[in-house]
Amino acid sequence: MYCGKALELPRLSAAPAIYARMSNSQGKVVQKIAATFDELRDYYGYPRHPALSECLSTMDPKLLAERQRYAEQELLEMGITFAVYGHDDGTEKIWPFDVVPRPVPWIEWQHVEAGLKQRIKALNLFLDDIYSEGRILKEGLIPAELIRTAKTFRPECMGIKPPGGVWTHVTGTDLVRHSDGTIYVLEDNLRCPSGVSYVLENREIMKRVLPEVFYGSAIASIEDYPERLLETLLKTAPPHVTSPTAVVLTPGIYNSAYFEHSFLAQQMGIELVTGPDLFVDNDVVWMKTTRGPRRVDVIYRRIDDDFIDPECFRKDSMLGVPGLMRAYRKGNVTLANAPGTGVADDKAVYAYVPKIIRFYLDEEAILPNVPTYLCSNPSDCKYVLEHLHELVVKPTNESGGYGILMGPTASEADRKKCAEAIAQDPRNYIAQPMLTLSTVPTIVGTSLEPRHVDLRPFILYGEELFVLPGGLTRVALKEGSMIVNSSQGGGSKDTWVLLQ
Amino acid sequence: MLCRVANSVFWMSRYLERAENAARFIDVTSAIALGYRGLEETLWSSLLHAGGDVETFHKSYPVASRENVTRFLLFDRANPNSVLSCLGSARENARSIRENLTTPMWEAVNRFYLRVRSAAAEADQVLGQPHPFLERIKRSAHQVQGVTLATWSRGEAWQFYSMGSLLERADKTSRILDVKYFILLPDASHIGTAVDVVQWAALLESTSALQMYRRASGRIEPGRVVEFLVLNAKFPRSVRFCVSQADISLRAITGSPAQGFSNRAEQLLGQLSSQLSYAQVSDIIDGGLHEFVDNLQMRLNGIGDAIGETFFRIAPVDRQPAAASQSQSLTKTPAVVSTVAAKTSVP
Repeated sequence: MYCGKALELPRLSAAPAIYARMSNSQGKVVQKIAATFDELRDYYGYPRHPALSECLSTMDPKLLAERQRYAEQELLEMGITFAVYGHDDGTEKIWPFDVVPRPVPWIEWQHVEAGLKQRIKALNLFLDDIYSEGRILKEGLIPAELIRTAKTFRPECMGIKPPGGVWTHVTGTDLVRHSDGTIYVLEDNLRCPSGVSYVLENREIMKRVLPEVFYGSAIASIEDYPERLLETLLKTAPPHVTSPTAVVLTPGIYNSAYFEHSFLAQQMGIELVTGPDLFVDNDVVWMKTTRGPRRVDVIYRRIDDDFIDPECFRKDSMLGVPGLMRAYRKGNVTLANAPGTGVADDKAVYAYVPKIIRFYLDEEAILPNVPTYLCSNPSDCKYVLEHLHELVVKPTNESGGYGILMGPTASEADRKKCAEAIAQDPRNYIAQPMLTLSTVPTIVGTSLEPRHVDLRPFILYGEELFVLPGGLTRVALKEGSMIVNSSQGGGSKDTWVLLQ
Repeated sequence: MLCRVANSVFWMSRYLERAENAARFIDVTSAIALGYRGLEETLWSSLLHAGGDVETFHKSYPVASRENVTRFLLFDRANPNSVLSCLGSARENARSIRENLTTPMWEAVNRFYLRVRSAAAEADQVLGQPHPFLERIKRSAHQVQGVTLATWSRGEAWQFYSMGSLLERADKTSRILDVKYFILLPDASHIGTAVDVVQWAALLESTSALQMYRRASGRIEPGRVVEFLVLNAKFPRSVRFCVSQADISLRAITGSPAQGFSNRAEQLLGQLSSQLSYAQVSDIIDGGLHEFVDNLQMRLNGIGDAIGETFFRIAPVDRQPAAASQSQSLTKTPAVVSTVAAKTSVP
């Protein structure tokens, strides 16, 4: 998502202290190294995880490259793909995977885990609040206007109380580590975050391809995710149902995340359904089976709010189920995630998350936000317009990197266009300083080179909060690039939470 | 199970079986052609007739040469019944129900498809020497059947799977017989000659039936070959075997007892099954083998339609009219994909 070099970071805490020390004592060359944080080696080039590094360094890069090819062949035969458009083979891409793992030390992981649990708990309380009483708005901590004008706010959900107070059953929060060594929350993905199937498949591939690296390592296991997800879905079923039936709802095989939808349904042993497989009768959801209709109690839906029910949201949707929201309102079916959660990952609301945590939990945020300028705030807006060349500007309601301006690398004309857009609709924009994502060695040809990564851990919320150890490490395969999206040349790595 | 899933399972297995049989068709024709110098074109066009593909073929090819017909049946994307198209459709159906298949099944289907796709990329080379490739197709098909047998629970999905492949196989075995009919019957004087025996043997070989035939019937005689391929109760590619096993699968799905029926599919399949059980080969020969095959194929098509009506097309309640574009991709109903190739009409 981010690109460009490290710049002065106006509000970033304790910025590059190490960076400064290194450039004083070691001169220019080290300064260049010190500009990014490497997950495997420290600023002096010493391994952060000696056992792992030793194991990897005893392997000939040629051998690693060979294993890399083997992994790619396996992925092809397993049919692990990420984008499909019909019969045309050219668009069904094999999931890009790099065999060098990304390590996360246990101590650091505990910190991240605690931070994520805290954040998700607070965001659920927030959602429960704004769709009912709106205490936080009444007390003026967040301008009511900001919520009301969020495109992802769903007035249709006012007054709904999902079972257990759980709105976000599945979250995939994007984290990045900046050159100051701190891990920041970049985005909360509270709608239909994808990627967890690749986390699980990456681990499977690693076991097949590099078994020797696993020997003698203690790595947190992730294989129980489908079990945990199923439990989450069943525990949040409507309370009156004794043995609930859960399904996964997909837009269909042409959706870019279809592989994940079918993978999760298969792993959980539940039906994968499309909109036309379901219907609503008397405010109850049914699926059409060869033995007649069968009642559905929990829907893990991987269709956006907009398309989920043409009666309630977009009328032209053919993916959804007419009447689904009626059944949901009546408490006859659980939707995971709940409709309306998008308002809490609006990028302007994001800026308030530390306040939200303080308000509901009376705690300070464990994981920091990236400092954010809200263009709806006149003084911030002025600052942003004056510093466009050093900031990243994002539209508040988009996800997936759409509509982002990278100030330092953008053309003068693009910056001008962006400035006009901000002036016209300040509510729709935020800006953040450029971050320099940390790097992990990655196979390029037959050698290892540093490439920038981010991290998306997955959090389940049913009866309690569960954070899958590690998460999806996405890597920008192009030299110097910080764009990690798989649609734009990004790859992925297995993430190893190293147990002590 | 979901109607959509049942439909896709059924069609996935039909497409797999169809691809395998296309390889068998080419195999038997190549073998017969060895004894028919000078009549090559007649032979290869007979293959198109038996498959009901003449019209599609002539849209793209002027002459029914060996190379053209083979290319058309193996790699032509414009031909919905080509091996490449069948595998594409089989995989597409499998992908849409992947969560219902076991991982080894899915991987076997996927690998099968990938092999055919990479062969298609070097089609010229393959067509120069098709035999190894045809063998690989059969082997890959057997691999899918093997992992399915070994890893899949014998639930409802399994019954739809076996029903699909059995009905397809019954249809294709009858068509293979038809190829032979087309060549031989116009000149009855050939029957019983050395060339003739070679050809009947080739036909048995192409259905992997030669050894089983020898054990059951000994010497090769046309009447007995027809009897074996149509009426044998134990050979897994004979029409009768396929139809009666499909009947068993259907009854396992519905729970209906062996006598009587509770829907149209059961009625039609039960009728056909009992007719085959009580038929004699002389009835078939006297009435004309081609006419018999023709009639059989119509009835099998009728059974396929009735299965669709009974299990897959449970009418959706008030679907809203199709409407404007949307940012998420559309679901394409597998039923639409499948029916394109469902009815290969017989001329």
